[in-house]
Amino acid sequence: MTTEVGPETEVKKESEQLGADAAKEKPEETTESQENIKSEKTLSEEAHGSPSSPALASQSSPSSQKKEKDLSEGKGISRFIPPWLKKQKSYSLVEPKDEAKKKVVEEGQAVEKSECQLPEEVAQPEGNLEKATAESQQEAKADDKEEEKHSVSSADTQPAKEDSKETEVEKVSEEQEEKQKVEGKRETKEVQTTEIKMEKAPKKIKTVQCKVMLLDGTEYSCDLEKRAKGQVLFDKVCGQLNLLEKDYFGLLFRDNSDQKNWLDSSKEIKRQIRSLPWLFTFNVKFYPPDPSQLTEDITRYFLCLQLRQDIASGRLPCSFVTHALLGSYTLQAELGDYDPEEHNNDYISEFQFAPSQSKEMEEKVVELHKTHRGLTPAQADSHFLENAKRLSMYGVDLHHAKDSEGVDIMLGVCANGLLIYKDRLRINRFAWPKILKISYKRSNFYIKVRPAELEQFESTIGFKLPNHRAAKRLWKVCVEHHAFYRLVSPEQPPKAKFLTLGSKFRYSGRTQAQTRQASNLIDRPAPYFERTSSKRVSRSLDGAPVGITDQSLLRDFSATTVGPAGDVVFDSEAVDQAKLKDGERRDEDGSPTKTPQLELTQDEKSLEEEITSILFSKEGFSTCMKSTFTSSTARTAEGTVVKDNVPSEMLSASPFLQLSESSHETLNVVEEKKQAEVGIEETVVIDEINRGKMQAVTDAGETRKVEHLSKKDSSSSSDSSSSSESEDELVGEYQPHHRVTEDIIREEQEENEDAKGKKECATKIIQSVETLQEGSKVKVTVEHTQVTAKALAQKNAVAIETGEKNVMEEGKQDPREENEEEQLKINGDVSHVDIDVASQIICCSEPPVVKTEMVTISDATQRTEISTKEVPIVQTETKTITYESPQFDGSAGGDAGVLLSAQTITSESVSTTTTTHITKTVKGGVSETRIEKRIVITGDADIDHDQALAQAIKEAKEQHPDMSVTRVVVHKETELAEEGEE
Amino acid sequence: MAGLGMGGGGGSSSSLGRCSHAVVRALPESLCQHALRREKGTEVDFARAEREHQLYVGVLKGKLGLQVLELPADESLPDCVFVEDVAVVCEETALLTRPGAPSRRKEVDAMKKALESLNLNIVEMTDENATLDGGDVLFTGREFFVGLSKRTNQRGAEILADTFKDYAVSTVTVYDSLHLKSFCSMAGPNLIAIGSTEAAQKALKTMQQMSDHRYDKLTVPDDAAANCVYLNIPGKGHVLLHRAPEEYPESAKVFEKLKDHMLIPIANTEMEKVDGLLTCCSVFINKTSEL
Repeated sequence: MTTEVGPETEVKKESEQLGADAAKEKPEETTESQENIKSEKTLSEEAHGSPSSPALASQSSPSSQKKEKDLSEGKGISRFIPPWLKKQKSYSLVEPKDEAKKKVVEEGQAVEKSECQLPEEVAQPEGNLEKATAESQQEAKADDKEEEKHSVSSADTQPAKEDSKETEVEKVSEEQEEKQKVEGKRETKEVQTTEIKMEKAPKKIKTVQCKVMLLDGTEYSCDLEKRAKGQVLFDKVCGQLNLLEKDYFGLLFRDNSDQKNWLDSSKEIKRQIRSLPWLFTFNVKFYPPDPSQLTEDITRYFLCLQLRQDIASGRLPCSFVTHALLGSYTLQAELGDYDPEEHNNDYISEFQFAPSQSKEMEEKVVELHKTHRGLTPAQADSHFLENAKRLSMYGVDLHHAKDSEGVDIMLGVCANGLLIYKDRLRINRFAWPKILKISYKRSNFYIKVRPAELEQFESTIGFKLPNHRAAKRLWKVCVEHHAFYRLVSPEQPPKAKFLTLGSKFRYSGRTQAQTRQASNLIDRPAPYFERTSSKRVSRSLDGAPVGITDQSLLRDFSATTVGPAGDVVFDSEAVDQAKLKDGERRDEDGSPTKTPQLELTQDEKSLEEEITSILFSKEGFSTCMKSTFTSSTARTAEGTVVKDNVPSEMLSASPFLQLSESSHETLNVVEEKKQAEVGIEETVVIDEINRGKMQAVTDAGETRKVEHLSKKDSSSSSDSSSSSESEDELVGEYQPHHRVTEDIIREEQEENEDAKGKKECATKIIQSVETLQEGSKVKVTVEHTQVTAKALAQKNAVAIETGEKNVMEEGKQDPREENEEEQLKINGDVSHVDIDVASQIICCSEPPVVKTEMVTISDATQRTEISTKEVPIVQTETKTITYESPQFDGSAGGDAGVLLSAQTITSESVSTTTTTHITKTVKGGVSETRIEKRIVITGDADIDHDQALAQAIKEAKEQHPDMSVTRVVVHKETELAEEGEE
Repeated sequence: MAGLGMGGGGGSSSSLGRCSHAVVRALPESLCQHALRREKGTEVDFARAEREHQLYVGVLKGKLGLQVLELPADESLPDCVFVEDVAVVCEETALLTRPGAPSRRKEVDAMKKALESLNLNIVEMTDENATLDGGDVLFTGREFFVGLSKRTNQRGAEILADTFKDYAVSTVTVYDSLHLKSFCSMAGPNLIAIGSTEAAQKALKTMQQMSDHRYDKLTVPDDAAANCVYLNIPGKGHVLLHRAPEEYPESAKVFEKLKDHMLIPIANTEMEKVDGLLTCCSVFINKTSEL
């Protein structure tokens, strides 16, 4: 649709509205920023006063180690896995005995493949992966060994409390991991190559016969390797059909509840259909908004066939006249010119033009058929499509739902966005640019929408789907439609795959823009094809909507990772008065960290660069997008006779938003797995101690070490992940990101790099916090509470001084951007999760956090707000572990000072919700700032909670680099899995 | 046969305003005393009202060359002049409504006969729970907006949607006005004329949000003046009947900027006293084929 993408002329026209919008937004921001400034002041004050806090990184390792010990199965923070390792993890996870796990491995590979290659390339049969699997198993063993070493060593070190030892250990581990990493990488490559080789010469091929119902009503059958991916079959079918513009199409299969699901090309068929028969139907998945832009007639022909089905089945409603007109074009395409002799009265009855077709209609069809004399079949098809595409339900994929009041409605997903119908009436519409986030949780489906012109806040609108699967299907369809129609390329460039580890589903095919480009390159003579009579069409009719997506795809994913729920509590406390402790700390933790941290910085930087480049390239896409949509815009504008000088203004829902969106759109797909079914709850308390000036160094190096640690952890965590394999995801989230924000972020980054003054630094922080605030306006992730992190920071005002640099460097990150970066950084963060060797373990279980969500009724005309406080009734396992620095008791504990100020900030990123509570107190003449962060990490098996936790901790530290973590409480809640779901 | 031609099917906006026929109805004397009105105001000058109406019909007939079916007035139906409310015609299909005001339901009968004589596919709204006034139906050429007002309910809108299946039908809640078209109308193929009151602007916002299409808007100072009649007559091009400058001078100035349109100012002072606006007094039909 055109409304979203404003060509420049339209932009001008809309300038009025634009201005209005902008004006509206500003006050909002200002208030926010004021708020933030407050908090930031606090922070920056602290920053000035305190020596930059030292090696948080060093702290982390013991903590994680300890955790590991404690959880024995490595479920804890110990699992901070660097994303790239995480990927590998899927290889190394394998346990020979477990079939399912093998699948996991393959799954992981599949995923990687889909990320790196175009679908067609993925197409070859996977061959047997056994060899690969074996290799990865070896790898896994290696990892295990390493891990053992680590845990042993850590066990030793921790009680000893000796810095030197710890240092050694860490160094050792570091080296090991370095090796491991390199090896791992190599191995991965090998694995892949092997795989490819194997494809060519498979040792044993188990084949399955597979049937596909084609659009002309014929059946195509072929033998497929049992482990073939969807793409293989799809390509075979397209090959059979001689179809090149295939991205608009897909394969459907029916699940047990007779729902149609899209076969995911990037995944194994078998894993998707499970015990279902290998029966598929070939269908249009994405209806081209302008079929005339298709390159080949054959593509249009298949689209016609689909539409004839849609119309005859009633899925695509038409008026009597349109039925007749479309029918007449069908006749012209299939029979040619009307021939009174050949086309007797009966010929027409064999065709089905409408769900119920009267004699009158048939007469009308014939009457119209006569008028089409001379049209070639291709022309007739084109006319057919030109008329069909204007139907209001063209390409709209309907899903049954209820609004928040329980009223039956339909949600229609289409190229332009989401339409809400009550009976046959459209009661609301959300264009893609208006939607900030799409998520589902259990059987609820949520969209978070931009504030309307006169509204201040984003709102989240919830819908109730018949069941969890339906919600997920809808969510997936939305994700795919958005990607296909709104993006120039699928959300993720292959290189960046680890950026969004938490997100497991996204559209993996080509976008419309890409497929159009590809179509332009088609260079073959128009292929001959036979138009079979649509008389047969009636056979495969049914009223099911086309866009149904496959849940099992998601389920597949869920197998690959654990979806623990957890609460991470950060307690970062800068303990001032305890000089002794401070000193101790420095010795203990500071020294080991230095070396690795330097590397870390580099690491981080390169990552940042990568991210930046990704953003840039996305920007490029959006430019393309503009041009892509220009044509359609022009189309919509047709018929406007009003001259420019006419005081008419363009209408558009919210031009400002749409404009900015269209040119800046990027996406982040995040899928959160719900613990409702599998739950692991973690609570980690991290104690940070203010280290003073050492920090610069410390900060620099942290990440590396952590990565290594997490590597080990990753393997240890595999157990838990496999155990949760069977869980089904209950939560999904999809968040289109907006270029604007990112631009700002980038700027900030750049500025920050050369930032010298404190002021600047402060500003940066404020900015980033602003963004945070913005994001937090509406909490979408309602009940998906999993990991809470509290950061308590106690600080001596005097001690605060040189923290700025760090603040600048690290504070610059915006949560939104971090959504993308998140996984990257997480690695580094582990180091922050540092726990004193002598930390005491306290058990304090956090109750699962249940947030409230504002849900507004879907009807635009009458918005009501209701709140869902649906407390999940699930059985949960709760584990709480608290790590505290020894000083904590003394410093943080008892003496109540004079409260200077208290402030609570809430921010939300993709998978985490952070509540920051800052209290300033004066204790005995010394001012102390204590920051308590509660980070709720939400997700199901797909999200890596350890990473998220690590990320959260890192973020916390980045925001307050001058402070130290004094306590981390990880509260992990796992809901008992219902194995049945899969 | 249908005049759909190649692009005739669903929703080509260029056909908006195309018409060959119009149905109008004479005003009964009972209008002055008994026509429904939202607010009691000055009395209707019947003679003047009649003159204005004759002028209106004269324009359609004489100036624009439409075939005008003039239904006789019915004294028992004081509002019968407002034919728009009893039928919604789109392409070859006519939906006979069930007006929200019970006193007006019988107005449909005469209209039915007239439309039958034009050989349209006729759909009747028989559902006892449905009400719909044509004044609440805005057809943009691409889609319908139906005002949910005191006169039109959800069920009525649903039936309209069922009748015109090719088009999206979106509902818009109407506050503070009799009808949706009390403050807006189409002034061109992609141009919505809209009043300036808050209620009008709010309704427009809703329509914008609901639509996949992007319309131009023509904002006029007076809500009542935003109700104009756009026609696309072969040989005449864009024709716009709008309220006279004597009535709404500021709004008329806005219309006068539409350089592409043949502008025909029409006074409607008397009928407006009983909530009658320009669109209310006619139903347009496009029959390209011979009758």
